[in-house]
Amino acid sequence: MTISIERPTRELTDAEKRFVGWHMLVAIIALLVGSIFGPMQALQYSNVDLYQYLEPVIRSYYQGLTLHGVLNALVWTTFFIVGFTTLTTIKGLARPLSYPKVNWAGFWVMVVGLVTTAVPILLNQATVLYTFYPPLQASWAFYLGLTLVVVGSWVSGVGFFLTYRDWRRENPATRSPFIAFAGVLNMAMWQIATLGVAVEILTMLLPWSLGLIDATDPELARTYFWFTGHPLVYFWLLPAYISWYGMLPKQAGGKLFSDSLARLAFWLFLIVSVPVGFHHQFVDPGVPTAWKWIHATLTYSVFFPSMLTAFTVIASLEYAGRRRGGTGLVGWIRALPWKDPSVAAQLLAGILFLFGGIGGLTNASYNLNLIIHNTAWVPGHFHLTVATAVTLSFMGITYWLVPYITGKQLVSPRLALVQVWTWFVGMVIFSNAMHVLGLLGAPRRTPLGDAPYVPEEWNGHLLRTSIGGTILLVSVLIYGWIMLRTATGPKADPEDVPGIPIAESLRDPQLTPLWLDRFKPWLIAAGVLIVVAYGPQLWDQITGIQLNAPGWTPW
Amino acid sequence: MTAPPANAEPQKESMGIDPYERNWIRFSIVLLVVFLTAVTVAGFAMGFQVPGEEARVDPATITEAGPFANPGVRQIAPGEFEVYVVSRTFNFDPAEIVVPQGATVTIYVTSQDVQHGFKITDTNVNMQVVPGQVSKLTYTFDRVGEFPYICHEYCGIGHAAMFGRVRVVPPSEFEEAGA
Ligand code: HEM
Ligand SMILES: [Cu+2]
Repeated sequence: MTISIERPTRELTDAEKRFVGWHMLVAIIALLVGSIFGPMQALQYSNVDLYQYLEPVIRSYYQGLTLHGVLNALVWTTFFIVGFTTLTTIKGLARPLSYPKVNWAGFWVMVVGLVTTAVPILLNQATVLYTFYPPLQASWAFYLGLTLVVVGSWVSGVGFFLTYRDWRRENPATRSPFIAFAGVLNMAMWQIATLGVAVEILTMLLPWSLGLIDATDPELARTYFWFTGHPLVYFWLLPAYISWYGMLPKQAGGKLFSDSLARLAFWLFLIVSVPVGFHHQFVDPGVPTAWKWIHATLTYSVFFPSMLTAFTVIASLEYAGRRRGGTGLVGWIRALPWKDPSVAAQLLAGILFLFGGIGGLTNASYNLNLIIHNTAWVPGHFHLTVATAVTLSFMGITYWLVPYITGKQLVSPRLALVQVWTWFVGMVIFSNAMHVLGLLGAPRRTPLGDAPYVPEEWNGHLLRTSIGGTILLVSVLIYGWIMLRTATGPKADPEDVPGIPIAESLRDPQLTPLWLDRFKPWLIAAGVLIVVAYGPQLWDQITGIQLNAPGWTPW
Repeated sequence: MTAPPANAEPQKESMGIDPYERNWIRFSIVLLVVFLTAVTVAGFAMGFQVPGEEARVDPATITEAGPFANPGVRQIAPGEFEVYVVSRTFNFDPAEIVVPQGATVTIYVTSQDVQHGFKITDTNVNMQVVPGQVSKLTYTFDRVGEFPYICHEYCGIGHAAMFGRVRVVPPSEFEEAGA
């Protein structure tokens, strides 16, 4: 066993930077447009109606909410992730993509899909929210567009796999560099996970919206949807973890505490993220309680890699803080570079994620789920996770990434700090109010300002939701301004342009056991677990299919 | 917790788990087992139940035949009631359910059109309502009062106005009403 393997480094070429940059451009525009509706929704709760100013383009709260969900949860995340993990693949493996044309093709298919989806939404022909539960029936273009976005991401994924395969051939004895390994793993998980919606759309929704079949089986559609819907959140989260494990320690002046446990955590996420989808269907009819219980227990096992992550990330940061002279139980926290907006964003994202994680345990225990299912608690929860742990981390990443790929300097890091903190404060207020509203019984996906049943007791919390939302609006606007000014600013002296932060591992990664660096056994394990945990019930639902719910467009 | 010197002797491949981390892992496993036991006990022994597989129906014909053709409350035994609720854009039928305090009520809900939600405020009754399926839960109303049931799944433009209410009345009042 040799441990001192030469690890070459290589910067992205201009063409590669442009390729990543296109993804970021689409992602950030989607975030900015999609996020405008969030505060509008929050203000609607206090009867402030901003929708009247968007007529005739946006005709209802629900049309806006569809845009909010699709643009933020699907477009911002997917484009950012494909772009970012392209960067981690190239940089990590220190080699170009094997077939850049394949990756470009993936990008363009995603863009065509995005446009195809956006048109019917804007025409109010797909006001079905981002979960598009049948028998609400959108225009066929909506389903086709979503399919293309997913297929495009698959094509990009294939581009990653081929590149990884070639690297592996060139470097048979080297442990794969963590950031590349983790990005490729995330894409593999995504491809397995999206089989659910792919089948849902191709076998049911698309033919139905084209008039080839008359009706759907809505419960089967829900099962397909949540096969994808839960791992979707890990697809969002793992790239943030790539940064927390593999980059943030470097930005903070430290090292990755444990390369082997970082990999183990990623493998466990791959294995347990799919066969847990029924925890989104705890209160559904048509799914036997035994299967719900099985998925509840599997859901809890996600707790384990989450705990590994908490330890490794915090230990890496502690190592950094102490190297910077921090002492004592908490002194190391203060010693971290809080003035760096990219670091501050990710630290604050991590702090809110602790609360998001605890809330997630609540959602997963199926008796507590009876209290909060489909209440405002749920958006309260995922604005801590996807809209903060993920989104604020991604924003933090763009604070070095956009300067890196454009060769510019970040305009006003101080303002960026203001952006980061306003997001944090706004989200604490917003999300706390939403959690409380949920416990009081307020439904989600509802313009509560118009609802006839709202008791007096909710008003204070509705107001707090609006206040939090307004602070978040300020934060979003600052973010957009910083990104615009940075991207359009003058080229900077190369000395002043940040590089890609890559955290070294405390121990040589060559010492990491080989079984943590091999894809096949883990992919097989993931497949087996899916068959065991989903197979029988899915089989029952598919063989018992009853296509008896015709389409409706009640908006 | 320190890095090996750069040119140390080649070391053996291993997980390299720090002692603190080993304890943390043990702690996590214990906690995990506690949680699993808690859900299992709550789910099976204490009888916190969630809806399951009940029955399937054809949304096109539910109003013509079967129990959903006559939505409403029926007493099936002393202190025991069943209620059939039809959801449609944008109301529940019945829009009001009156039961005496202490009544154990089994609620069956289905939809005539799109998906809806059925959650009775301040109770554990929470169901996804899916066309083609019957959702069922049983609940005992121990407190007198009004408990709105609210549609919590987006069902179209009038979704925010879709609700009904359970009125739990003292047993004496219930008898007087001759229900
Ligand atoms: C700018 C700050 C934001 C505010 C004030 C905000 C506000 C809201 C509110 C009030 C809702 C609930 C609407 C309802 O249930 O009726 C909502 C839903 C949602 N938000 Fe946000 N949001 C923000 C940013 C984001 C971000 C960054 C993401 C994701 C990356 C996101 C993802 C979602 C999703 C997926 C939903 C659920 C949509 C649905 O139920 O169909 N939001 N948001
Ligand atoms: Cu409804």
